Amino acid sequence: MRTIKLLSLSLLATLLFSACSDDDEAPQVINEEEEITTLNVYLTPDNDTESLTFSFTDLDGGVSEPTIVNNGLQANTSYTGRIEFLNENESPVENITDEVIAEAEEHQVFFITETGLDVTIDYLDFDDNDDPLGVEFRLVAESVSSGNLTFILIHEGNKSTPEADGETDIEVTFDVTVE
Amino acid sequence: MFQKFILLCLFLSVHLSVSAQNCNLTISGQIIDKHDNSNLQGAVIAINDSNTVVYSDENGNYKLENLCPGDLILKVTHPYCEPQTKKVTLKGNSVINFRLEHHLEELNEVLLKGKLYDKNLNSSISNQIKTEELENFSNASLGDALKTLSGVSSLNTGSSIVKPIIQGLHSSRVLIINDNVRLHDQQWGEDHAPNVDINSAANVTVIKGASALKYGGDAVGGTIVIEPQKAPLKDTLMGKTILTGATNGRGGTLATSLIKANSNGFNYRIQGSLKRLGDLESPNYQLTNTGQRENNISLGIGLNKIDYGIDFSYKLTNSEIGILRAAHIGNITDLEISINRQIPNFIDDFSYSITSPKQEVTHQIFKLSTFKKLKGIGEVNLQYSFQNNDRQEFDVRRGELRDKPAMDMNLKTHTLLAQLEWTALENFDSNFGVELNAQTNLPNPDTGVRRLIPDYDMYSVGAFATTEYDLSNKWKVDAGIRYDFSAIDAEKFYFESRWEQLNYDEIFPQFETNRIENGQIFTTPNFDYHNVSGTIGATHTFANDWQLITNLSSASRAPNPSELFSDGLHHSLARIELGELQIDSEQSFKIGAELQGTVDNFGFSLQPYYNHINNFIILEPSGADTSIRGAFPVWQYRQSDSRLFGVDASASYTYRNFDLVSNLAYVNGQDLEQDLPLINMPPFNIRNALTYRKTEWNNFYISFISQLVTEQNRFSDNNFDVRIINRTTGEFEEKEVDISTPPEAYHLLDIRSGMQFEFGKKRLQINLIVNNMLNASYRSYLNALRFYADEVGTNVMLQLKLNY
Repeated sequence: MRTIKLLSLSLLATLLFSACSDDDEAPQVINEEEEITTLNVYLTPDNDTESLTFSFTDLDGGVSEPTIVNNGLQANTSYTGRIEFLNENESPVENITDEVIAEAEEHQVFFITETGLDVTIDYLDFDDNDDPLGVEFRLVAESVSSGNLTFILIHEGNKSTPEADGETDIEVTFDVTVE
Repeated sequence: MFQKFILLCLFLSVHLSVSAQNCNLTISGQIIDKHDNSNLQGAVIAINDSNTVVYSDENGNYKLENLCPGDLILKVTHPYCEPQTKKVTLKGNSVINFRLEHHLEELNEVLLKGKLYDKNLNSSISNQIKTEELENFSNASLGDALKTLSGVSSLNTGSSIVKPIIQGLHSSRVLIINDNVRLHDQQWGEDHAPNVDINSAANVTVIKGASALKYGGDAVGGTIVIEPQKAPLKDTLMGKTILTGATNGRGGTLATSLIKANSNGFNYRIQGSLKRLGDLESPNYQLTNTGQRENNISLGIGLNKIDYGIDFSYKLTNSEIGILRAAHIGNITDLEISINRQIPNFIDDFSYSITSPKQEVTHQIFKLSTFKKLKGIGEVNLQYSFQNNDRQEFDVRRGELRDKPAMDMNLKTHTLLAQLEWTALENFDSNFGVELNAQTNLPNPDTGVRRLIPDYDMYSVGAFATTEYDLSNKWKVDAGIRYDFSAIDAEKFYFESRWEQLNYDEIFPQFETNRIENGQIFTTPNFDYHNVSGTIGATHTFANDWQLITNLSSASRAPNPSELFSDGLHHSLARIELGELQIDSEQSFKIGAELQGTVDNFGFSLQPYYNHINNFIILEPSGADTSIRGAFPVWQYRQSDSRLFGVDASASYTYRNFDLVSNLAYVNGQDLEQDLPLINMPPFNIRNALTYRKTEWNNFYISFISQLVTEQNRFSDNNFDVRIINRTTGEFEEKEVDISTPPEAYHLLDIRSGMQFEFGKKRLQINLIVNNMLNASYRSYLNALRFYADEVGTNVMLQLKLNY
């Protein structure tokens, strides 16, 4: 009788404590899925080949210094441009541009050129409501100048307002020189 | 204590066997109170169909003499007992002891009141809310109801997520005890509301300070004790249904409860509530995505036999709470724009739909408890509880991730609690207890977002001893001590860069493993904490019945998982929050007092306090990180000796059919090391309620409630300068982001009115409740979403309450 009691008590105790440690397996690593780690801006001068002109890579949310590519622009040149958003923490690398295009009505890229920078940018792609998207664009570099060029990706914004009043997914500024 | 006043009854009947010859037999014995084993004096022992009557003496002894053999019917009565009769066959001299039970009505009172945390029992500084007041908040939350007490405020995230603040402190510093189970529901989070259905509470007591040691030693702020309706010990069926409809949110709450009780002690209870609310409305605009759904149920079954009992209960709370859409922002520029915009950037038409960002939380509590009264010792209690907490938080995401939670955590907690109430010594009432806890936190890795809180196992053991001693009618003293040991074993991935940035590779090399994936290092931080807490106090009753309570308590709290491990972006505040592995326990030393009394129709209570906290854990700005989203301020946990002092006061005045109740609270918090005010201290506030009652008109009443909350002038300046791109000129600008300046003072006027109608045994109460009647637009310093939108405007609620 006594043995049975002891047995049942120890069984209860085992149940109690084993129930709390059911994850003997080590947890798996999580790679941020939605995060955009990389912004690539490819430009193609008229009658020439495409090249990576601007790039910003931040793999750990800003803890370490980002990797930046910043090649200058040619004066009096018209470029067609495209933007690429990547998540390089996933393998294979996830191309988030596709999602941005698929949900074009909720996204918009804004191009902000500093007053002194003689560059104009026009949208080449539009969503189903004919509002601009900005993954593809035309960039015209006019006279020799320099200044900030900022790329902003806004998510779930209200495109009827000038600044799309949404949530900033990306905001990257390059100090650009037109030579 | 109350039990002692109540005597128990006996039913005695003795059979005497038929035998014509000898009529010199005796029956003697003792009559004992079954409840507390005391001797019962003055019980009447009578033999039916004869004039023989004897009384029990001061030791409970009785003796019936000159009895003839044969069948007898004995009847035993006592002023506080139910009469009972029993047949006995008498063959010779007999000794029969009787253990008597309480009178039913008296017992009901014991069961309904005796188990409550009775403020008169020890020197705790406390306030209580009763059922009637709680029912007014059927459509709101526990935090909203508690705010009506002086010294209790709330920390809000919007208007649906409400965390109580006791004398300036909240979250992990406030223990919440629901039906004798300490809630473990990820309470460290400032935007995690306690998982309690306010409709399940019969009364709520707020204990200010750490003097309720049996519930835990880490109540740096205080303890909130929630008691459900108990089943009375009689044959009855008690039902209650409350239906509340609200204009703001265009929805309401249905709450109902049913208790079936039997005089043999067997009872079962069922209680549930449903809440459905759509988007709330501020005076000037709709608060998009602030809807709320709640489904709560609790079940219980028990057997209460006065000297022993067993009870099982199950509680489920399930809620889905929308978070203001405009509060989900991407970077510091968005925050800066929101602060200056004055109105939210997302305003849609009214809707019942709840979309991201939102929270879905399910909390379950299983409890099995049993007690046994031991003769000459007291009462032992044994309780096992299991809590399962599932919390999912949804962010605004893209593509297939849209419907996936960004945070998905499961917290399981097993608790075994053994207690002995020892009452063998006269004038002493002592409690001893041991508590064992095993807890597992399991974040779901499928979220695609790095874990905010890592996988961990936590084991803890606590032991306490408390005693109360009645020195005299005028003086009572009490003291207690508690020791807690806890060990936490965590498994966490750090970005290698962060691990090194925080110097953990040098301080904690023992936690490193060789496993490194995609730049993240797998670490196994584990820590042990020893915490000692205690309380000592005295209660003095003056000749004029005024009462002075003084209490000195010390609480010791081990750091919570977020203080140790947080590692990520806090969306609504656009900041990166970092835990600190080197943090140690914080220890408070609090002295509190209360003077309460009455003069004619005037009553008052004054509760001053001073709380010194060594190694107070605070979150404060420490730098900035530049990510692809832009620059973010980094906030890190740090420890600093701090102090809080203040006073809570209330006064009441009755004149004819009018009564006026005033509450006010002031708290002043200071970081002593930096000599700066502490953040999020409730501003001075005063609440006045003027009520007119007319019993003749179906218990008619009307109350005007005025609340004034002043501007908080003492705040830490955590404003920071950022270099952000001006989105028009394209130039970098230095901007100061003002996240510190508290909003202006505000005044709210509420009205409540009601009447009661009786239909036989049924009772219908109709209440009209109007909150923010003047539709004031205001923002609250203690609302995390104050940067984005105004608080809710007028809300008219009609409430029907049926008791049957």
